[in-house]
Amino acid sequence: MIARPVDSVMLQQRAAALARRSIKGEAKMAGLRMALSMLDLTTLEGKDSPQKVKALCRKAIRPHDKPIDPPLPSVAAVCVYPAMVKIAREALAGSSVKVASVATAFPSGQFPMEVRLADVQRAVEDGADEIDMVINRGAFLSGHHDVVAEEIRKVKIACEHAHLKIILEVGELETYDNIRRASDLAIEAASCEPFGEALANGEVFIKTSTGKMQPAATPPAVLAMLEAIRDHYLKTGVKIGMKPAGGISTAKQALQYLVMVKETLGEQWLTPKLFRFGASSLANDLLRQIVKQTTGGYVAKHDFSDA
Amino acid sequence: MIEENSGLHAEAAGTEWSYAPAPESLKVEIAEKYGLFINGRFVAPKSHKYFPTINPASEETLSQIAEAGGRDVEAAVAAAKAAQPAWARLKPTERAKFLFRIARRIQERTNELAVLETMDNGKPIAESRNVDLPLVAQHFFYHAGWCDKLKYAFPGRDPKPLGVCGQIIPWNFPLLMMAWKLAPALACGNTCVIKPAETTSLTALRLAEIFREIDLPPGVVNIVTGAGATGQMIVRHKAVNKIAFTGSTEVGKQIAAACADTDKRLTLELGGKSPHIIFENAALDQAIEGAITGIYFNQGHVCCAGSRLLVQESILDEVVSRLRERIKSLRMGDPLDKNTDVGAINSAEQLATVRYYIESGLEEGASIINSSDEPLPERGYWCRPCFFTDVQPSQLIAREEIFGPVLAVMSFRTPEEAISKANNTPYGLAAGIWTDKGSKMFEMAKRLKAGVVWCNGYNLFDPASPFGGYKESGFGREGGLQGLSAYVRM
Repeated sequence: MIARPVDSVMLQQRAAALARRSIKGEAKMAGLRMALSMLDLTTLEGKDSPQKVKALCRKAIRPHDKPIDPPLPSVAAVCVYPAMVKIAREALAGSSVKVASVATAFPSGQFPMEVRLADVQRAVEDGADEIDMVINRGAFLSGHHDVVAEEIRKVKIACEHAHLKIILEVGELETYDNIRRASDLAIEAASCEPFGEALANGEVFIKTSTGKMQPAATPPAVLAMLEAIRDHYLKTGVKIGMKPAGGISTAKQALQYLVMVKETLGEQWLTPKLFRFGASSLANDLLRQIVKQTTGGYVAKHDFSDA
Repeated sequence: MIEENSGLHAEAAGTEWSYAPAPESLKVEIAEKYGLFINGRFVAPKSHKYFPTINPASEETLSQIAEAGGRDVEAAVAAAKAAQPAWARLKPTERAKFLFRIARRIQERTNELAVLETMDNGKPIAESRNVDLPLVAQHFFYHAGWCDKLKYAFPGRDPKPLGVCGQIIPWNFPLLMMAWKLAPALACGNTCVIKPAETTSLTALRLAEIFREIDLPPGVVNIVTGAGATGQMIVRHKAVNKIAFTGSTEVGKQIAAACADTDKRLTLELGGKSPHIIFENAALDQAIEGAITGIYFNQGHVCCAGSRLLVQESILDEVVSRLRERIKSLRMGDPLDKNTDVGAINSAEQLATVRYYIESGLEEGASIINSSDEPLPERGYWCRPCFFTDVQPSQLIAREEIFGPVLAVMSFRTPEEAISKANNTPYGLAAGIWTDKGSKMFEMAKRLKAGVVWCNGYNLFDPASPFGGYKESGFGREGGLQGLSAYVRM
C-alpha cells in the first residue's frame, strides 16, 4: 500500500474554511433534521443498566415527546456495549432504529484475538446490526500494519451480515499521516477477498474515535478520513461510510461536518446509510435548535428528555 | 486511473442539500459623492471632475469619486510636505500610538470595511472579512511596534525618514495594499500622498474617516483619487521623495523611466506568472487545495497567483482529474453571500482582458475545463474559474499575466526540468513547491528565481515577512525589516 502523506497546514486551513460556511433558514432546518437521522445515540459507560438502555431506545425511536410538523425522524441507531445488545434489540423491535454494538474488547482492544472475535460473534448472535470494532493501535504504531489488516479481515468475517465500523482512535494515532494511513489500511483490509468490490455501500464504515479519550473527532482528522473514502470510491466505486464520534455535542458542529461531507464526497453521502454521528448529548442540542427554528424561541434544556 | 464519469457530484443518491442564501445583513452608508482627503479634511476637487465607482457584481453605481487634477495633487503634496517635519519630530512612542489606534479602529470597524470592500471590488465577503481585514489591522499593529525601535532595526545606523512618499496602489486588495504602503512609511516618520485605484476608492476614503476619528495630524496622510493621469502627476512631482507602486509591469516600467533622472527613491511591486510545482511525493489533497487557493483566491486578481501549475508527469492525470472535481465545488456568485468562494471580476476592462487570454488559449490549441456550465448572472462581470490542460510553455496563457481565475497546467519529469520551466519567465514574484521531502524543498527553493517561495502552502502572508519580486516583478520589499528599510535614509 502506498502511504499518502498529509500536510497539516493546508489540511487544517481547508477544514477551517469549510467550518465557515453559513447555514441558514431552510438549509439549516434540513441539515438539523438530517443530522438527527444520522445519529448513533450512544451510551458506553460502566454504569449502564438495562433501564438506561431502554430509555435510550425510546429516545432513539421518538427523539422528542412533543409533536413537531413534519414529524421528526428516528435516529439511525443506538450504540451500546455487547451485554446490552439483547435489551436494545427487544426495545427497538419493530422500529427502523438499528442496534450497534461496540465489540473487539472496546475501547482498548488489548485482549487476545480469540476473545475479541468471540466478543463480535456474541454481539451479532444477540442481534446487533452493526459492530463498532477498534483497531490494534499498538500493532499499527509499531509498524505491524499486516497484523492490523489481518485482524480487521477476521472481524469483518465474524460480523457475517452485520455492518462493520472500524474505529481508528485518531487521538492515539496522533499524526494526520497516521490517520490517513490507518484509514486506507482499514478500508483496504475490510474490502479484501471474499468481499472486495462486492462490498455493499455502507457495509463498512471508518470511525474516528472510541469517545474514551481526547482528542476525538476533530474537523481536520475527519477531513483526512473523508479524503481516503473519496479516493477509494474513485478507484473502486464502493462507498465506505464515515462516522465521526466523540466531542460532537452541538448542532453547529454537526452542520459543519455535513458541509464537509457534502463538499468532499458530494450529496450522495448525505444519508444515514453512509454517514453517522456517534454522540449522546448532540441529540438534545439538535432538538433544541429544531424547536427554535420552528417556534422562533429557545426552549429550556430541561424540556428535553435526557435519554 | 480515474474515469471521467465517476464524478463525485454527478449522482445524488443521498439527500439534496443546498445552502440557502446567506447574504451579509450589514448595510453600509455610502455618500453620493466623495471629495479628496487633503490636510485632514475632505475637500471638493479643484478639477471639479468626478467619476463613478460601481459594484462589479451588479454594475450599479455606488458613488461619485473626485478626480484629482494638477492643483489637487499640488495641494496634497504641499500638505504632506508641511506636515512631515512635525510628524518626524514626534516622539516615536507617540507616532506608534497613532498606528496602534488606526489598527484598533480598523478591527472595530472590520465588518463595515469588509462589506464596503466587497461591494466596490467584487471579492467574496468571506475573503474580505477573514483574510484582507485581519491582515490590514496586523500590518498597522506590526509597524506600530517598530516606531520607537528603528535604531534597533538597523543597528549602528542612523535611520531618518525620506520625506514625502507618493504611493500608488492597485484594485485587487485595496485596503491591504494601502496598509502595506502607509504603515511602514508612517512608522518611519514619512508623510504620504496615496492614490487608490480608480475602481476601488471607497475603502480608502473610509480609512480617511478613521484617520479623522483618531486625530491623525492633518497632512500626514493625503488621499487623492483618480486614474492614471493623477498617478502620473504624483510620480512627476518634484517635492515627492519616494515613489512606491504596486500594479502592472507595463505601468511600472513607465514609472521607473519617469523616476530615472530624479533623486526619488523607488520600489515597484509588479506582475507575476508564478509557478506552482507539485512533485509526485506531495501530500496530494493539500497540494490540490494549494493549487486552488493559489489561482482562484480573489478571482485570480493576485499578483503572486500561482498561475502556472507544474505537475510531475507521473501524477499529471490524477492531478487534472482532482482539479476537475474540486473546481466544481467552487461557489461563484453574489460576493456578499457568506458562502461565495469566487466573486465578480473587478471591471469590464479586466473581464475583457481575461476573456482575451481564454480565447487565445483555445486558439492555440489548449483544452479548457470550466467549473460549471451554468449560465452566468445577467448583470455584473463574471468569469468562471477554469484551467487549461495541453498547454505548451510557449503559449500566451503560459507566459503572460492574466490576472484572472485562469490556470495553465503543464508537466515536468525531473527537478531540473521543473526549475528550468519555473524560471523561464520574465517575472519572478512567487513560487510554490509541494513535496513531502525536505531536502528537495530546500534545494528547489534555493534555485527558484522568485521573491517568495512557499513550501507546502500558498498565499500565506505575514507583516513580518518581506514580499517582493525578481526581474520584471519589480524591486524592493514590503513587510518585515526589508520593507522598513525602503522608507528610511541611512
